[in-house]
This record gives sequence, C-alpha cells and structure tokens, in this order.
Amino acid sequence: MPADQPEAPPSLYAAREPIFPKRVSGNFRNLKWGLMAVTLGIYYLTPWIRWDRGPNLPDQAVLVDMANRRFFFFWIEIWPHEFYFVAGLLVMAGLGLFLFTSALGRVWCGYACPQTVWTDLFILVERWIEGDRNARLRLHRQKKWDFRKVRLRLTKWLVWLIIAIATGGAWVFYFTDAPTLLSDLFTLDAHPIAYTTIAILTGTTFFFGGFAREQICIYACPWPRIQAAMMDEDTLTVGYRYWRGEPRGKGNVRRRNSKEAMAAEAASHAAGPTAGGSYARTPMPNENTDLVAPEDTSETAYGDCIDCLACVNVCPMGIDIRDGQQLECITCALCIDACDDIMAKVGKPRGLIDYMALTDEIREREGKPPKPIMSHILRPRTIMYTALWSLVGVGLVFALFIRPEVDITVAPVRNPTYVTLSDGSIRNTYEVRLRNKQGEARPYRISVTGDPAVRAQLEGTPYQTVEVPADTTHLQRVYLIAPPGSVPAQSERIDVRLWVEDISNGDRAYKDTIFNGKAN
Amino acid sequence: MAKQPNDKQEIGTTGHEWDGIEELNNPLPRWWLWIFYATILWGLWYTLAYPAWPMISGATQGYMGWSTRENVAEAIAEAEAANAEINAQLVAADLSAIPGDDQLAVYARQAGEAVFNTWCVQCHGREGGGFVGYPTLSDDAWLWGGTMEAIHTTIAHGIRNDEDPDARWSQMPAFGQDGLLSEEEVDQVVNYVMSLSGEPQDASVVDAGAELFAINCAACHGENAMGMQEQGAPNLSDAIWLYGGSYDALYETVWNSRFGVMPPWNQRLSEAEVRAVTAYVHQLGGGE
Repeated sequence: MPADQPEAPPSLYAAREPIFPKRVSGNFRNLKWGLMAVTLGIYYLTPWIRWDRGPNLPDQAVLVDMANRRFFFFWIEIWPHEFYFVAGLLVMAGLGLFLFTSALGRVWCGYACPQTVWTDLFILVERWIEGDRNARLRLHRQKKWDFRKVRLRLTKWLVWLIIAIATGGAWVFYFTDAPTLLSDLFTLDAHPIAYTTIAILTGTTFFFGGFAREQICIYACPWPRIQAAMMDEDTLTVGYRYWRGEPRGKGNVRRRNSKEAMAAEAASHAAGPTAGGSYARTPMPNENTDLVAPEDTSETAYGDCIDCLACVNVCPMGIDIRDGQQLECITCALCIDACDDIMAKVGKPRGLIDYMALTDEIREREGKPPKPIMSHILRPRTIMYTALWSLVGVGLVFALFIRPEVDITVAPVRNPTYVTLSDGSIRNTYEVRLRNKQGEARPYRISVTGDPAVRAQLEGTPYQTVEVPADTTHLQRVYLIAPPGSVPAQSERIDVRLWVEDISNGDRAYKDTIFNGKAN
Repeated sequence: MAKQPNDKQEIGTTGHEWDGIEELNNPLPRWWLWIFYATILWGLWYTLAYPAWPMISGATQGYMGWSTRENVAEAIAEAEAANAEINAQLVAADLSAIPGDDQLAVYARQAGEAVFNTWCVQCHGREGGGFVGYPTLSDDAWLWGGTMEAIHTTIAHGIRNDEDPDARWSQMPAFGQDGLLSEEEVDQVVNYVMSLSGEPQDASVVDAGAELFAINCAACHGENAMGMQEQGAPNLSDAIWLYGGSYDALYETVWNSRFGVMPPWNQRLSEAEVRAVTAYVHQLGGGE
C-alpha cells in the first residue's frame, strides 16, 4: 500500500447516498421523453388491441394463454411444440442487444430498460410534487416532519403507488382477456393469482422505481458487468473530452483565448459531423498547431470545463462522467444536454461531454478530426451481428410461412415393438398426435406409404378418418399391419411414412417412422 | 448528496493488481449488510418453523406442523376429490359405451394407464406386451373375451383364484401326468396341433393326432381348434402361443397342463379403477 494511505481502515459498508437529479432539457432529454411515451404506451395499450380470429378463439391481439397453452400474437398462434419460435425470438433479442451494445454502448440501459423508464417516470412525479433538485435537497435535509413535508411525501408516494398499481395491473392483462379481467378485478371476481401478481408487481415497481433506483443497476443487474465485454474502442458511448476540458476551473480565470479557439475551429472544420453534431475543437493548452502562433500560452490556462457540476447534478446514477466511462453509467446522455446548455451560456462550442468513441479521443488528442459516426457504427463486428440477426429473423419468418396447417407427431409404441396377430400378421402400434389449429373441427385421414404390404388401421374405428375438434390435439392410436410372410413382416425393420390429410382442403403433412418386423 | 469528483482518490485499492488493473476497495452498500442479517434471522426462523434440529431420537418437528406424509395424503385426497365426479360418471356409465364417450374415454385411459403400470405391469409388461404364460394384451386375441364387459369381468374377479367365487375358472387336464394319454399319443396330438399352423414336426402322425384331438381336446378347444372364450380355451389354429409354440413347449403343456392364475382386482381396486384399467386394456389391442 502506498505510504500516503490513511492509517484507519476504510469503512466496510456505506449507506446509500440519495440522488436528486436536476431537471434538464435538450435533444437527448426530448428523445428520452419520446421513447418513454412509446415504451409505456406499448406496455399499457398492447393488451387492449383486438384481433378477430373467429368464434372459438380469443380476440385479443397479444395473449399468453397459460391455461390452454397457447400464445397469440396478432396473426400468429404458437403452440407449445412450436416453442422454438420463442427461443428464436430470444436469440434475436440477444443478438440485437449485442449489436446495439457494440455500436452504441448501453443504449438499452439508458433509453429502453424498464428500470430506467419507470425510474425516469417516478423522478418526473417527484419533481412535479416536491420541486427541482434544490427544493428536494432542502426537503430531504429538513429534519422536522412538518405538515408540508408530510403532505408532499404522502402525495408523492400516493402517485407512485397509483403508477405502480397500474403497472402491475397492466401485466396481468397479457394473460387473459383484458376487458373481462378488468371488470372482474373491480367486482372481486378475478382469480387470486391475478391479485397476487398485481400485488407483487406493484410492490416491486413502487420500491424499485421510487427507492432502489440506481442500486438496482449497480448491484442487482448483471448487464453492466456483461456489457463491458461487448464494447470496444470504436463503440460510441458517453464520454468527456478530457483534453478539451482540463484543467478545469471555476470562475473568471484565464482560458484559451478566442484567437486560439477560432484557429482550432478552422483546423477541425474538415472533420465533418461528429457524434453529437459539429463542434469547434479547442486545442490543449500547450498544444502547438501550425495554424496559429500561440502567443498567450501559459501553464495556468484552463480548459473549457468550468467545473459547474451541471453534469453531475443531472445524473440519475449520481456519478461524475468526467471520471471517464464507468460501470454505473447507463449512458442516458442527460449530462450531454446539461453540459451543452452550459457551454452555450459561456460561449463555448458544444460537445465537451458527448457521444464519442475511445479511438476518437486518441485521434483528437493528436489533432486529427474524429471519425464520422457511420464509420464507428459500420464495423465488421456490427455488420456480423446484423447479418446473424437478420439470418435468424429470415429463418423464423420462413419457418412461420412453411408451417403446415395440419400437424402430426408420431411416437411408436416400443413395448412390444410388434405383436403377432392371430392370423400371423405383424402389427406395430403408434401413438399419433393430430393437431388441428383451425377454429373448426376438421376430418383428418391417416394413411401410410413406404411399403405396399403395410396397411394402416385406426384404433376404435373401422374408418381411416378421424374428426379432430377445433383448436385441439387429438391422440389417436394407429396400427400398421403387415400380412404374414410379407417382406415387412419378415425383415428387421423398414422405413414407413405416416400421412395425415385434411379432407376438407387437401392439406397434408407426414412423419417418417419405422416398422419393426419379426427379425427384430 | 452526489458523489464528489475526487471520491475515487479517497477509496483506495485492495492492493490487488492484474495487468495494471487495480481493484478498488469500494465499501459494500449497507443494505446488503441488512439483507445478510435478515437471511440469518430467516434461517433461525426456518429451523423453528420446519423440522430441523436432530435430537437423540428423531428431530424437532417445527411449529408449523409440516410433514411430507401429510402433504402427500392431502394431495391424494385433493386429487380424489377432484376426480370424484368423473369417477362416479365412470361407474354409472354403461361399460360398452365408455370407449365412445370422448371425455370418459380419455380420462379412463389415462387413469387406467396409471393403474395398469402400478398393478398389472409386473406380469403383463408395459403397454401389455406380455410374457410367456402371461397373455399379450396388445394383440387381437382374447382368451376370455375382448369386449369391455368381458375384460371387466376378468379384471374384477380374476382367473382361477380361490379368493373370488366368481373368478373365471377352467382347468386343462394334465394328459400325460395323469395317465390319460401315453407318451406316443401326446406326441401325436402335439404334431396335429402344430400342423394347424402349418409346422408339424412329424407329418406321419398328424392323422392319429387328429383323432386323439377330437376325442380329448375338441370339447374345450373346439372341433376346429378355434378355442372357446367361455372356457378360456385358446385358439390353437392361430399364430399366437401363450406358452410358446415349439414342440417342447406344446409337449410340456399337454403332458403337465397349465394353470395361469390372476387375482381378483375388485378386492384391491375401486370399481372406478377397475373400469379405468378395463378401458385402458381394451384399447391396447383394439378390443372387441
């Protein structure tokens, strides 16, 4: 340990320091408001979209029907045996996350994560009721719980609670018919599981959004740890132009003069648009550019950062972005808006804090212009992720379209593999599952190909046809019989193919299976 | 209060370093500590609430009165209560109508499979595959009849047992052992029986065997050896052999006779269970 470390051991535990993010306005804040409206809108409104599927099926566009093991998504209906579609969607979600993280850092965390969106909403409510940062700080430090503090706190918690109930309440609508459930919820006729789910989600929303906030991101979420491995030096992320801001200093101190700044602007003009838009680059204090003789250079000259802490005060994670990218940063970009605002006020170009890549930082220090945004985003890595993502997507869409309307699975009965009938015929038994995904009963004919000697017979009926009710799976035992002395009866096993045909429209599907003979 | 920019300098490191990356010695959040204490309290409560501490004989029972045996008993009672209605329907239904009633048939076959796999599978094999001496239930031959009624009677009362007066009963004489036929005559009968399925060992004695068969065997097995379900007498002209169709196996059967026994299941199973397993067995081989 270095000698200048204090003698007393550091404290093992630290209480959470409350954070009071200040109101901020700007492009990124507007983008976040928009995304919040879109994401919350999707969440709350989706269960109420109707979709006509005929008389026997639910008319809810998006419905996870646990009891009947069906998942409805607009025109798509997924049965349990087609769960690979969901797995495929999860793979796509994973690849999408890789893509966005490698290109744009933690955009998911900063803009779309429910924890971020709801925390943002809760902070908005907090600000409406208790005022902006300074007012909230005062209220926090006020020891005495006078009428005003009690009133403000209770109002805030009440509004939070209403949002939380609405959040938990919206969740359950995805699992059953929303209008029915809504009236059942009010008449206390809904299933206890609905109330329990709402209660749990209300509790977690209220606690996570109102009190735990950044603690969830820092201590509970694995994503901040994983994402570090997915970013590289070309990833665009929120950063501080150290070379431009430092040394920072408050007040009316000497800074680089306007002549230097203008020369620098001319030097970097050819750079084109940068991550946050165009800005004029201010050179390092001691940097010598060929374009201007730095008359007034001195060691005491300050950079552009006036150390106003605007970026720190707006941060919902309570960090200082000027320390560099760090685990706590969710890249919500509010510090960019805050700093741009200050820079405008002090007459400096925007972008002291900006979306930038590590390679840009190095290039800018060398006096070169930063690379254009698209060259950061279009890299082999992101192109590969996009390709993989599209491949899985195209595969899923393809699979969805070639999905037969008639579906059959075949499980041979293995014990015994065959039985000898009284006339010496060899019979194999198969458990055949017929799935009728239509909204009406359909007649299915079962037949066999593979060997002309083998014929099919259905258990319990003299006919080759079985009627499968609407939207159900029908289990049918099917016998394949080979006459005595025939090749299939005498051989070890032969390949056969079981067919199912929807007589009403001619749709067919098949499954390959085996027929065991006596030599087995 | 937000962290001040110079916080990091105050935190220090643990002294660990890998490739120039140092491990900061950040303090844990205090709420983690509280959760840690809460888990200890939870653990203590848990040992009081549930069976936990080992004693000299047994263990503490816990004040919640939790018991796996009771849970199982409750679960069984719950399942039985849930099935009570359909079981009543099953008992009330006409036996031959069960396979045609979708709801009852599906229930009966699933319940019957569970019963079969508990009580029947030891002798008859999974899926009714059968063993030597224990009939295959998945073929199309039925010793005592393959209708729902016939299968139900067989299962309920059993075969050749002393416990149930209504048991299926028949007995083949031990022709050789009891001196009814000589060794030569038994050989002739066996050859005749084998000739029915086209596999005589010695074709020259088949005619003599046919005569002996008409006198001694046709009463039960029928003139054409087609069997008789009322007697449980197997069809000897088909391809199915309960005790094997080889010369030795058939000789043994005729000489010593056979005496297959099945217990009466109505003494162990409820009527609903017997009917369920009846429906299951009925569909294994397609029934009659």
